[in-house]
Amino acid sequence: MTTENNKSNIIEISDLNKWYGEFQALKNINLNIKEGEIIVVCGPSGSGKSTLIRCVNFLEKFQEGEIIVNGTQLTDDAAKIRSIRSEVSMVFQHFNLFPHLSIIDNLTLAPIWVHNETKSEAREKALKLLDRVGIKDQAEKYPNQLSGGQQQRVAIARSLCTSPKIMLFDEPTSALDPEMISEVLDVMVELAKEGITMICVTHEMGFARKVAQRIIFMDEGQIIEENDPETFFHHPESDRLKLFLDQILTH
Amino acid sequence: MAVYKQQELRKPPISQVGIVRWLRVNLFSSKVNVGLTFAALYMLYILIPPLLNWMIFDANFNFGEFSIFGFEFGEVMATNTNCGRSAACWPFIYEKFDMFVYGFYPRDLIWRVDIVFAMAASLFVIVRLARNYQHKNKVLLAMIIAFPVVSFYLIAGGSFGLEEVKTHQWGGLMLTLVIASVGIIISFPIGVLLALGRQSNLRVISFFSTIYIEFIRAVPLITILFMASFVLPLFFTGGVDFDKLLRALVAITLFQAAYFAEVVRGGLQAIPTGQYEAADAIGLNYVQKNALIILPQALKISIPNLVGSSISLFKDTTLVLIIGLMDMLAMVNMTANDINWLGRETEGFVFVTITMWIFLYSMSRYSKKLEVRFSTDHKN
Amino acid sequence: MKKDNSLLSFINNNETRAIAFQVITLLIIAFVFYSGISNLMFNIEAREIHTGFAFLSNRAGFDINESMIAYTPEHSNLRVFYVGLINTLVIAVVGIIFATIIGLIIGIARLSNNWLISKLATGYIELFRNIPILIQILIWYNMALLTLPSPKGSFNFFDSIFINKRGVYVPEPVIETGFVWVLIAVVLGIVLAFLLKRHFKQKHDKTGVYTRTVGYSIGLIFGLPLVVFFLLGSPLHFDYPTLTGFNFQGGRTFSPEFLALAVALSVYTATYIAEAIRSGIEAVDKGQKEAAAALGLTQTQSLKLVVLPQALRVAIPPTINQYLNLTKNSSLATAIGYPELMSAFGGTVLNQVGQAVEILGMTMAVYLVISLFISLLLNIVNKKMSIKGR
Repeated sequence: MTTENNKSNIIEISDLNKWYGEFQALKNINLNIKEGEIIVVCGPSGSGKSTLIRCVNFLEKFQEGEIIVNGTQLTDDAAKIRSIRSEVSMVFQHFNLFPHLSIIDNLTLAPIWVHNETKSEAREKALKLLDRVGIKDQAEKYPNQLSGGQQQRVAIARSLCTSPKIMLFDEPTSALDPEMISEVLDVMVELAKEGITMICVTHEMGFARKVAQRIIFMDEGQIIEENDPETFFHHPESDRLKLFLDQILTH
Repeated sequence: MAVYKQQELRKPPISQVGIVRWLRVNLFSSKVNVGLTFAALYMLYILIPPLLNWMIFDANFNFGEFSIFGFEFGEVMATNTNCGRSAACWPFIYEKFDMFVYGFYPRDLIWRVDIVFAMAASLFVIVRLARNYQHKNKVLLAMIIAFPVVSFYLIAGGSFGLEEVKTHQWGGLMLTLVIASVGIIISFPIGVLLALGRQSNLRVISFFSTIYIEFIRAVPLITILFMASFVLPLFFTGGVDFDKLLRALVAITLFQAAYFAEVVRGGLQAIPTGQYEAADAIGLNYVQKNALIILPQALKISIPNLVGSSISLFKDTTLVLIIGLMDMLAMVNMTANDINWLGRETEGFVFVTITMWIFLYSMSRYSKKLEVRFSTDHKN
Repeated sequence: MKKDNSLLSFINNNETRAIAFQVITLLIIAFVFYSGISNLMFNIEAREIHTGFAFLSNRAGFDINESMIAYTPEHSNLRVFYVGLINTLVIAVVGIIFATIIGLIIGIARLSNNWLISKLATGYIELFRNIPILIQILIWYNMALLTLPSPKGSFNFFDSIFINKRGVYVPEPVIETGFVWVLIAVVLGIVLAFLLKRHFKQKHDKTGVYTRTVGYSIGLIFGLPLVVFFLLGSPLHFDYPTLTGFNFQGGRTFSPEFLALAVALSVYTATYIAEAIRSGIEAVDKGQKEAAAALGLTQTQSLKLVVLPQALRVAIPPTINQYLNLTKNSSLATAIGYPELMSAFGGTVLNQVGQAVEILGMTMAVYLVISLFISLLLNIVNKKMSIKGR
């Protein structure tokens, strides 16, 4: 469903509803994201923000509604899901690097086994990406030998190896010690400048202000308010958002 | 740029809840699972009903006549001939029950063993009640020391005006419990010493401790039981007629000590070196350091594994059958050799198996509970 | 003025104390040993028990009905030792193989999303783990004797496999000349499969094209020997067990003792292996599977490249430990008379000869060696598989 705007919708979510047993985690989510947009999703814990982005790459299944990613509708078809996952990458809160593989092997795993690249091709690309995030010299080390911030940067590099069009970030800095947060955010800011579509669940409001084009506030499974950063922070409309901003911005 | 209106909560689609959902998700979620579910149900169908029939529904429960308030119940107790072979003959167990539990203990003195059983049962109750008591540890320690001593005099007799009962008359479940308790209680302090010895900086001590532990753990218990049976008496002067039970107890204690030692060693290694350093820094000597600081922590961490090791010991007590001690397992053949009840080994095996299983399963449940309690205890 | 307490400080010195302590310990141990051994010697002489290993060359004088090597009562006691040793290894290998297979199945079933299967697996584990192994051995043995028919009424499978009170009778393969080439073909097949796998891996590295080698490997390892076998005119025939009189002749027999021991050991040890495998798989963080999936790997790829390597690292050490336990538990054959090392040598020979120290010493030494071997294996495995940085 293309619009008259110059960029088309790369993600279309319509009437999305998800239940965990009796508990409704997502209520009637309707959201369209254009190519190249940077979106930040925030809200109190339990609001469903992680669940929402995990639905976009089908890590979570949903019972009602539709999600169309880059023209392909998300259904139970395993092959379709895999092809979508080559275009949608995810960075996890707890990095989820593979501890039994070296850093460079972590990066080359998907290119070799999913995209059938040759080993040397994959390694070359991987080294370039590691350089981009500033970890080139640690290529032969193992994940447990790196600090949290370094591991998350490797995770970002790993998700870039498949040349994704969309990147999902699930609270990427929440598990990091404070002094390491900025090195990861710096990498994300650089990425934002390059035109990748990014959906970021985070509490880092400074990052949101700097980089986001739209900020979405969720609570209790539904979208409460969304706006551009300026309006979002300075002219919140709903009471719940006002309360939320009060709580997080006083720190 | 918008504020969205409030969405109402809705119920999930029907196939998502209730028993239909449960069945769909848990039993029939894929073609493979459908097949597996039916295969499992079929397997249960051919195994369980015959077993239940044999044990309960077709079994003979004629324990004999009895009367309550003058009303007569039951029939004459079944004998081997009219009991039937196609299902269990429980009157056999009923008649031989004393053998299975007390072995050859003089029947008129059984009350002494019953007192010990009652004491043991009350131990559990006391432990439960004393959990929040301030002097809990002292109470536990007193019980752990007093109970074996009192039990020994009660069962063995020979002093305090009690008639002596020689160990060759001990048997059945009573013997199993005696061996297990003695094994656990005596081997534990030895195991702690061995663990400390293995960790020691004194090379001679750590050398011998390690050799002992590794040797014992490398060989099967049966070889050590045989060694104790045949060779142990030879190491002592005067042609001592070494009590058979004592030989087995020595073997099991020496065996279990090595396994406890490894468990405690695991606990010792989990203690951060900072504890050792702090203890040294306040000037404690070796004994004080270990008794007051290191061991309490190490033992607390090791408790779940200590219980696990004790469970293994309990299982191993069945081996004394092979060196001629009349534990509960040995009673199976012993009771089935009675001319009046030939061929009833199956009932014996089932009875012994169920009894042992109940003991062991309870112990393992208790161990799991302890594990949960300790893991939440240590949440920093 | 301070007194010069050099003597006192010498005694209180930690080093001195340490040395003194050790010397005292050595003296105590030496004393205990000395008095123990001297009593031993005295008692041995007094009871006219022989010493030394001369008995090993004496005639054994009893029959063993299950042996991998030729044995008659005319053979020496040393021969009995070897027969027992080999039987121990046989039952250990058989037990290990079946325990691993059953353990794998139960362990994976335990984690199944099928509620019934998972509960049944749990039930299996809780049932067989809480019954002492000796009881299980005796029950299987007694059941076999009680419920199986006599030879005349054996269970009959294709006229080649017979099951009755006396055991399981199967056809025995008899090798003819030329069979050795089939064996060579097997070895060749394995080597070729290896080389082929390596070749395809290099191709994958260079070109990114992946070829499944499973088919080739199976073809080489099984197909090649099969071809050679038929080319040489099938140099193998089977000796079938036949019922003559009251018993079966010919073929290979697996005695009830062997079967009861093998089944009991496998079923019992499988419970521990199942738990080891389950803890291995559960040790792999859920996020690992999610990350693998998010990268686009298939279920099989995720299992092979991410989950199993991590799961095995956790599951293999305790499993190898269980193999050692199984080998030790095989000594319980003494209770039912299967002639492995403990039963035949440490049992029958011991009863006849009476030299417990030597006989039990030799037996224990064997288990020590097996144990050392397994410890070494464990060490190597641990080193190779350790995850760096942890």
